[in-house]
Amino acid sequence: MEEKKDDNISAMCTVAVGEAGKTGDWRSVRPVIDRKKCIPSLKNKSACFLCWLYCPEGVVKPGIPVEIDLEYCKGCGICAEECPPRAISMVREDKINE
Amino acid sequence: MSNVQIMTGNQAAALGAKLCNVEVVAAYPITPQSQLSEILSQYVESGELKAEYVRVEGEHSALTVCISASTVGARVFTATSANGLLYMHEQLHWAAGSRLPIVMCCVNRGVGAPWTIFNDQQDSLAQRDTGWMQIYCRNNQEILDTVIQAYRIAEAVYCPVMVCYDGFVLSHTMMPVDIPDAADVKAFLPPYKPHTILSPDDPRNLNPVLFPGQRRDSEGVLRDGYMEMRYKLQAALDKAPETIRSANTAFAEAFGRNHGGMLWEYHANDADLIIVGMGSLASEATAAADILRAEGIKAGVVGIRVYRPFPKEDVRDVFRNAKAVVIFEKSISYGYEGGLCSDLKAAFYGTNIKAPIHGYIAGLGGRDVKARELVAAAKDSLASFDRGMVEPKTTWLSTFTG
Repeated sequence: MEEKKDDNISAMCTVAVGEAGKTGDWRSVRPVIDRKKCIPSLKNKSACFLCWLYCPEGVVKPGIPVEIDLEYCKGCGICAEECPPRAISMVREDKINE
Repeated sequence: MSNVQIMTGNQAAALGAKLCNVEVVAAYPITPQSQLSEILSQYVESGELKAEYVRVEGEHSALTVCISASTVGARVFTATSANGLLYMHEQLHWAAGSRLPIVMCCVNRGVGAPWTIFNDQQDSLAQRDTGWMQIYCRNNQEILDTVIQAYRIAEAVYCPVMVCYDGFVLSHTMMPVDIPDAADVKAFLPPYKPHTILSPDDPRNLNPVLFPGQRRDSEGVLRDGYMEMRYKLQAALDKAPETIRSANTAFAEAFGRNHGGMLWEYHANDADLIIVGMGSLASEATAAADILRAEGIKAGVVGIRVYRPFPKEDVRDVFRNAKAVVIFEKSISYGYEGGLCSDLKAAFYGTNIKAPIHGYIAGLGGRDVKARELVAAAKDSLASFDRGMVEPKTTWLSTFTG
């Protein structure tokens, strides 16, 4: 009763960055970090990182300085809401160069 | 060497699961299934069965535990009845859509409201379109044997199987059952080989959102869309009758008991009148056929053993010479007729089978169905057919209401 094996009979995929596609273009507002206010940059220490902790998409890199992957950031603004020193502002994409 | 013991249908089902060496059991007690989950927990507690018994807070979780355990490579078992099965409904789709070879016993019971604990088959019939295979048993020996066959079928087709048997009529009635030898069952049932094992060493996203069409994943591999995946489920069930028939044949060779593959027949070969049913009701119909034959009416019985996938080819074969068909069902598709009646008519479409068909609804909520009632109903149908009735209205057997 040997059945021909089809490896793709249930929907599965390997865990990878951007599995759902490049979601950055969903964004209408962009998080912009003011390094003069951001705690890790200001103190030159691995500290705070609440933006990294709260980001529902996992696109914040907790380094010095903190970086956000705009290829996948959907612009929800949770990082800006949670940032204690208010270092992140959400800027409209069409006003980004003004 | 036979090892015959007297036992209930629930005991037979529990023994079947034990003989298949299931590794995870998750079940929530509900009448008339409760005894089955209790016996399995005793097996695990005593160490007779090396399995993990997961106590859950409801049936939705019971099946979810089985889905998870099956996904990491375990052979799993669960069982339920009636409203418990309905509570699982969402997870039934998940199990089938994930193509997991889960085996579950549905101890058939009527569905509330109004509340009943007694037998009919509305519970499992209402789950017809979930992608599960459904096998209906007619006695306790068949329950034990079908649980064993069900694992072989499920693990070959990669689809879950529901083993259905009538509450109380079988679940709580004692009958002699020949218990197969554990080594023979092991030889009949190869070890479970999962199609994909979810493991921490190889993390996967399981059942991610699929888009309507095919699409490349992040590695650039073209993946099927939702519709392609659903087509594969249908294609697997379309092919499953071959597997079910060959599992039955192999079982008959190994253990000397043939329960029929997709269906079973009783004097159907030369019958003018064929009575159709599923489970214990079809078994009762064999007594009715004997009475009818004694009265000079050439009657036979076809018991539909596998309801999904529907035995289309098999019924076209056994009904080819039928002159009249009477169907007794313990469920109804409200607003139309019995589901089996519709399916049987559909299977005959475009063939030379032009026999008139009369559908009866019988035995709901534990209403006893006696052979003599089936005989009287069948004679009524024959008389009506003789008067030229071609499109009979569904009849509710022995149902009188003001």
